[in-house]
Amino acid sequence: MMRLGLGERRRISCTVNGVARSGFAEGRTLLSDFLRHELNLYGTHVGCEHGVCGACTVILDSRLARSCGTLAMQADGAEITTIEGLGDSDREPALREAFSRHGALQCGFCTAGVLLSVKHFLQHNPKPSDGEIRDMLSGHLCRCTGYEGMVRAIAEVAEGQP
Amino acid sequence: MVESVKNWLGQAVPRFEDEALMTGNARFIDDLSPVPGIRHVAILRSPYAHAEIRSIDLAPARELAGVIGAVSGQELMAGLEPLASAVRAPMNYFPMAADKVRYVGEPVALVAAEDRYLAEDAIEAIEVDYEPLGAVVDPIAGQQADAALLHEAVGSNLVHQRTFRYGEPEAAFEAAEHIVRLNWRYPRQSSTPMETYGAIAQFEAAPDRYTIWSNFQGPFILQPLMVRALKIPGNHLRLISAPHSGGSFGIKQGLYPYLVLLAAASRHFGCPLKWIEDRLEHLSASSAAAARADGIEAAFDGNGMLTGLRFANCVDVGAYVRAPEPASVYRMQAASNGSYQVRHIAIENRLVVTNKTPIGLNRGYGGPQFYFGLERAMEVAARRLDLDPAEIRRRNFLPASAFPYDAPGGAVYDAGDYGKGLDMALELTDYPELRARRAAAKAEGRLFGIGLAAGVEPSGSNMAYVTLALTPEERAKAGGRSGGLAAASVSIDPSGSVTVHTDSTPAGQGHATVAAQVAADRLGLEPRDIQVITAIDTQSTAWSLASGNYSNRFAAIEVGAIAESADRIGHKLRRIAGEMLEVAAEDIELAGGRAHVTGAPEQGIALARVAAASHWHPAGLPDDLEPGLDDTTMLSPAVLGAPDEGDRVASAVTFGFLCDLTAVEIDRDTGRIRIDTYVSVHDVGRVLNPIIVEGQIRGGFAHGFGAAMFEDLAYDEAGNFLSGSFADYLCPTAPDLPEVKIGHYETASPQNPLGSKGMGDGSSMLAPAAIANAVADALERDDIELPLTLDRVWRMANELGEGE
Repeated sequence: MMRLGLGERRRISCTVNGVARSGFAEGRTLLSDFLRHELNLYGTHVGCEHGVCGACTVILDSRLARSCGTLAMQADGAEITTIEGLGDSDREPALREAFSRHGALQCGFCTAGVLLSVKHFLQHNPKPSDGEIRDMLSGHLCRCTGYEGMVRAIAEVAEGQP
Repeated sequence: MVESVKNWLGQAVPRFEDEALMTGNARFIDDLSPVPGIRHVAILRSPYAHAEIRSIDLAPARELAGVIGAVSGQELMAGLEPLASAVRAPMNYFPMAADKVRYVGEPVALVAAEDRYLAEDAIEAIEVDYEPLGAVVDPIAGQQADAALLHEAVGSNLVHQRTFRYGEPEAAFEAAEHIVRLNWRYPRQSSTPMETYGAIAQFEAAPDRYTIWSNFQGPFILQPLMVRALKIPGNHLRLISAPHSGGSFGIKQGLYPYLVLLAAASRHFGCPLKWIEDRLEHLSASSAAAARADGIEAAFDGNGMLTGLRFANCVDVGAYVRAPEPASVYRMQAASNGSYQVRHIAIENRLVVTNKTPIGLNRGYGGPQFYFGLERAMEVAARRLDLDPAEIRRRNFLPASAFPYDAPGGAVYDAGDYGKGLDMALELTDYPELRARRAAAKAEGRLFGIGLAAGVEPSGSNMAYVTLALTPEERAKAGGRSGGLAAASVSIDPSGSVTVHTDSTPAGQGHATVAAQVAADRLGLEPRDIQVITAIDTQSTAWSLASGNYSNRFAAIEVGAIAESADRIGHKLRRIAGEMLEVAAEDIELAGGRAHVTGAPEQGIALARVAAASHWHPAGLPDDLEPGLDDTTMLSPAVLGAPDEGDRVASAVTFGFLCDLTAVEIDRDTGRIRIDTYVSVHDVGRVLNPIIVEGQIRGGFAHGFGAAMFEDLAYDEAGNFLSGSFADYLCPTAPDLPEVKIGHYETASPQNPLGSKGMGDGSSMLAPAAIANAVADALERDDIELPLTLDRVWRMANELGEGE
């Protein structure tokens, strides 16, 4: 096992959104801080830093992770998907369009984390009920929308029709 | 007037803000690095509710590697003036405590370091010797002679008290056949935007000046306050908004003392400083809606007509009166008749300081607390007088013929038809069937209840209403105050594209989209061709005291300023095009990106070419036309006059109406409240964008529902703060929220050229009262307080007291 003293940094290499990236982190550096301030991927947002609000959610080796509750060290060698990596594949454009049309976002601060959860969720549960969608969304706090637009947008995209 | 080919206003235009937000391209304050050499700040905060600071030892922090410096409140505040408010009692509010702390979380020292981790390490190394004092946590107990004093120079924790009288309230109560009396406690809440406070402050010398990037939301009346605290000319404090703000709901008003703190610290350390508030800091020490210990008396005649009201408002303001407080208790005063005809009203406002974080703007701002009293009283009266709760309201509503209506407190209600809103709510709930289900449930011994609440939604504040805190004599001495100024600019650049600037600093309300809709209609363009800048830079954009994002001012006032400038630009374009096409300006129409002769679309010219002429060939313009296309409007609605000698004031420019109707069933075994039905009907004037309006209504409801059911910034008896995480301060999640049916109807406001009213507070003001009314009806008792937690409801449902 490698030991790092206080203030010592080591290079962390990982694949982010399909691209090999690397940067330096201390032992205590949070993955959220590493992504934002070391890799300059500012689309990941930090809302509570105690793992409740879900704003900082990313996909880490095919699993959802709160990047504020994950150390950068844990991501060494990992594959990470952030909001910047959601593009034109799968149902992502349809999801963005539906979110916009249904008013599923306002300030947009929580939205990055929500979209990553939705991507992961629909991969594992392609035809969810509204109740299942709401349960999934319970991992995210949104203070603007009342969630209704998100539920509608996700249900619509899951059904594959506008 | 331009007749657009297509009317973009009113259409469900998806927001132009969304794409950047959904692709990680929208920039918030913590994403910015506007100047080189930024260092990072951590703030050491008081662990005590009330204590003398005997000494602070900063040396251990200063010795740590990576630390730029550490400074105490005593040292840093010595160079500042206190932050003023409309309450003149000598409280000397500074952004950081100097010799005494008055709430848990009050800043006492500040560290700048190479990164935030190191700054956090360093504040832990600081040693503070405190002498704890007795704490005041209750606004009633805090007024007693034996209570600890927060501000010795004031001599009392009661820092403000004024009484008001509109009409003849004494006579109304003397003649009353029924008087309803209620007293209750209202809890402390916070709208908790998902993005916390953040700021970057840079001091530059020779001449001394400060630039601050932040997610401060205004009102910019606080800029002159900051200037006074920093002892500099106004143009030496430049405030720049981050391009995006992650929610606010009023809370980010309370950022301004930190802007002063960071400015002073940047000067002290000689480097630019960044501070991003963490969630514990936000919950414990940013801002909150007022907890209150209020009472109401409502006088009725034998027919259920409300004839008089007495409000006894007691506001727990926290440790200091932080401007724009005491505005929260004065916001509803001019409209204290709510949606009713009652003309005789007495009001007593008391402000009590306690050992808690200072209160401030929070969604609904004084509305939830006000309507809790008024609408609970109406519900109780209906039961006592054996009237249907819908019927007692219908009898008392202002009739549709009453508008514009001069309310007893001076508010001028612009337009409305309240009976229609109630009818719609009854229809959407299938009210007779709902009453029948209630009767059947009660017959079976089930705890089923119906609750109603109705009210007006003031929007676009008069900046002078807060001066009701001063006596008419004090106001006269202080000089005139009135108005709610909005600023907007419309310009067309040499290549013919349009840019709109607003002074509205939105935090997710979609102002850029609606501003583009407004300008597009008036210039014959597509909204997506128009660039809208909503971030304020006080050095380069038009702004004034009322600028900012609060009190639903955008759709009430700001849209009028955008329309006015767009119209002047449109007029100029028609003049130029008229010259080019050799017809009169009046015969030119702007549509489809072209200026063409009315009735002959083929005789036209691209708008971009018309606009270009004003830049590229000013000598070719008609003699009386100035070159360029850049127009700024600063307007203040005429209705927003100064308060009069009777303390009457037109407090806001538009008054929307809403009516919420709900039915609940309580599980006696668990205390769980099931929302059986929830309907919310709104008149927001002309709807400018239905996606945005619905989003605001649903979001406002979620805040009101959370406040009714579980939100509570709790303190214990010693003033310790108990709600420091999202596991303690519970916000509604998706499965918590019930289905809400929304109804819309429109009465156009005459207060702006578009007919829109402000909106956005919505059910955050009424859901607490409506749900409380339904619970009261289910349990058949009057002593309902919030939040309606499982424990509290279970005790009431089983007739048990506290601790049983």
